[in-house]
Amino acid sequence: MNLPAETAETETLPARFVALGEAMRAHGMRVGTSEVTDAARVADALGFDRRERLRAGVAAAMLRRSDDRSAFDQLFDIYFPAAAGRRMTGAPAAALDADELRDRLAHALATGDLAAAEQLAAAAVELLGRVGDEAAGWSAAQTLDALAPQRAISAAEELLRGDGPGAGSGPGSGQGTGGAADADTDWAINPWDRQPRRPERFTDRVDRDQLRAGVEAFRRQVETESRRRSAEVRDRERIARLGIPPSIRQRDFLTAGSDQLHQLRRELDPLTRKLAARLTSRERAGRGAVDVRRTLRASMSTGGVPIDPVYQRRAPHRPDLVLLADLSGSVGGFSSFTMLLMQALHQHFRKVRIFGFVSSTAEITDVVRELPPGTSLTSWALSTPDLIGRGTNSNYGWALRTFVRGHLDALGRRSTVLVLGDARGNFADPNTADLHRIADRARHLTWLNPEPEVLWRQGDSAASLYGRIAPMHECRNLEQLRDFVARTLPI
Amino acid sequence: MSTPVFTSVDDARDRLAATGYLPSDAIATTVYLAATLGRPLLIEGPAGVGKTALAGALASATGNRLVRLQCYEGVDEARALYEWNHAKQLLRISAEQRGDWEDVRTDIFGEEFLLARPLLTAVRSEQPVVLLIDELDKADEEMEGLLLELLSEFQVTIPELGTIRARHRPLVVLTSNATRELSEALRRRCLFLHIDYPDASLEQRIVQSHVPDLDDVLAESLVRVVGALRRLELRKAPSVAETVDWAGTLLSLGADRLDPRLVRNSLGVVLKHQSDIELAHAKLDLDRELAG
Repeated sequence: MNLPAETAETETLPARFVALGEAMRAHGMRVGTSEVTDAARVADALGFDRRERLRAGVAAAMLRRSDDRSAFDQLFDIYFPAAAGRRMTGAPAAALDADELRDRLAHALATGDLAAAEQLAAAAVELLGRVGDEAAGWSAAQTLDALAPQRAISAAEELLRGDGPGAGSGPGSGQGTGGAADADTDWAINPWDRQPRRPERFTDRVDRDQLRAGVEAFRRQVETESRRRSAEVRDRERIARLGIPPSIRQRDFLTAGSDQLHQLRRELDPLTRKLAARLTSRERAGRGAVDVRRTLRASMSTGGVPIDPVYQRRAPHRPDLVLLADLSGSVGGFSSFTMLLMQALHQHFRKVRIFGFVSSTAEITDVVRELPPGTSLTSWALSTPDLIGRGTNSNYGWALRTFVRGHLDALGRRSTVLVLGDARGNFADPNTADLHRIADRARHLTWLNPEPEVLWRQGDSAASLYGRIAPMHECRNLEQLRDFVARTLPI
Repeated sequence: MSTPVFTSVDDARDRLAATGYLPSDAIATTVYLAATLGRPLLIEGPAGVGKTALAGALASATGNRLVRLQCYEGVDEARALYEWNHAKQLLRISAEQRGDWEDVRTDIFGEEFLLARPLLTAVRSEQPVVLLIDELDKADEEMEGLLLELLSEFQVTIPELGTIRARHRPLVVLTSNATRELSEALRRRCLFLHIDYPDASLEQRIVQSHVPDLDDVLAESLVRVVGALRRLELRKAPSVAETVDWAGTLLSLGADRLDPRLVRNSLGVVLKHQSDIELAHAKLDLDRELAG
């Protein structure tokens, strides 16, 4: 790796830690002076000869949350690169082309050889990733397009199925044999149609999955490598700021793709647990009154002198949660998130009732429970007569009216009502009277709005009207949701 | 600090491994740093990856006593730090009815009537200790405030006795399951370690160190299947402890390789929710016997 001595002429080591801290701050991590000092102390204790250990140590000193880890790793790679320039050690540099690289990748995947895969990533960027002349930089997208690493999966699987009896006892065994001559056309054939050349093993069923994960890891290595190479020729701060995707915490719900939904789901579960814990937490306004009977009984062991007063126990407050969710097309991306949130909440609350609406309201608790996680409800909602009583555009006024008319008994003294929606009622009557009725009846009423706050006063948004009755919170990404759960949520 | 606890990262790794806890490189590095820099170690991660076990291993690796404070909702100073033994004080007072009040008063607030709870035990200990504060997220926020003084100064103030300073800086390990966001102030005082599921080769070694009689090939396929299960969208992904349980089950069933029937029958050891079992069943195609 880049020893500090080599870079001493351009910047000192403390300066580099400071720069790393600044880049982390730009990505929304809380890094103070003490963290930077700690990182330097860690580097002092560990030395620079084992890079992965340095990475682990600096992460321990500077990171405070595990979900920042991937962004941190990428920044670390930029500020403490593995090496300068090309690094083709191990792999013969000459006379490689994309096909050959892919064959080698298949081999590395089949044997689970991570070090070889990383070298191949470096070689691939060197060979295929150059944009323009040397000074213009390196592109991961171009490399991956030319290499098409997903095509190595089938070849690797072929290797694992193996010709000989000794071959292919799985990635990690290091026994895969080389020589997949037909590797570059293999990807087109469904592997299940092919006759396996040896008796099936149980682990064959997980091979494909594992290889796919391997290719994903390879893609990330290519991205890291191209960022590293680009950072050498271009401005490091710029790459650090723009080249790294925002962490899942800061990504907009409205634009979340299906791959991010899985990630979201994993993040949501602990959050809903927190939400449930916050809502059920006892009111800790001092202790209850002294329980005279139990105090006297307890005083028997001390000769009738009441030493330890026994207090009355307070019954923990167990809330019911009522969700009222906008399922119309305008919050399409948000509705998959809504769905995830609703399903996650189900696990942690004693009683959750979920109501959905487009232009009229109906209970959808059972529907939500049955559906697979993360399904978008939008198309279902738009074809369900109960939800579109006044057409397929959202109509908040009418939705509130139908809720109050039909389901007001769902609310009780203990209910917390959470409204999820953008408050855009297509200029229909906002009907604040019914929202007042809900607010009066429920213990708490809160509104989560997936739109940025600056848009709340524009167009057909009734957010400012509703916001006077129900505290409205911008909830566009996980960070804001977490903030809401941790701080804003009323108890 | 007089003598360093570990001389190097490798030393930390080897001594942890000698106690039966196989650490990843990142874990060994962070543990070494926590011991060398004298900082508390805050560990987060999914359930069953060995957060608590690491503290135990750390204690046996350093030959120190493990003092454990298990947090729960409502844990308070009296349970965590110290408490006066009221009943005994009362006996003392009534035993000496005619005694001089001044004597009695100084007497009943002496060491004899002090009930040391884990935090005070750790601070007062003559020998260096490993202090484990387990599942801190379950405790209330006031508890964190109490810990702040302890973690930065390693001292405890008891009004009647004065300030007690730790003779040896204890190695402090805090674990959290993230049910509650810990405060920034506390996080800042700690080194942060996120323990995730180990990679395949490490997990295989862990399994084999716990179930030494298990066949190599079986251990490897077992770990790979568990890895595939973790990639599914399960309600509760199998933990390392469950992998080890599964290995033990397979061994006692006398299995020498995985087949669908065996997996079908023993899947309950690793997956604890019916929906998870059904998903894995479909994904691994457990109704179809092995071809060929």
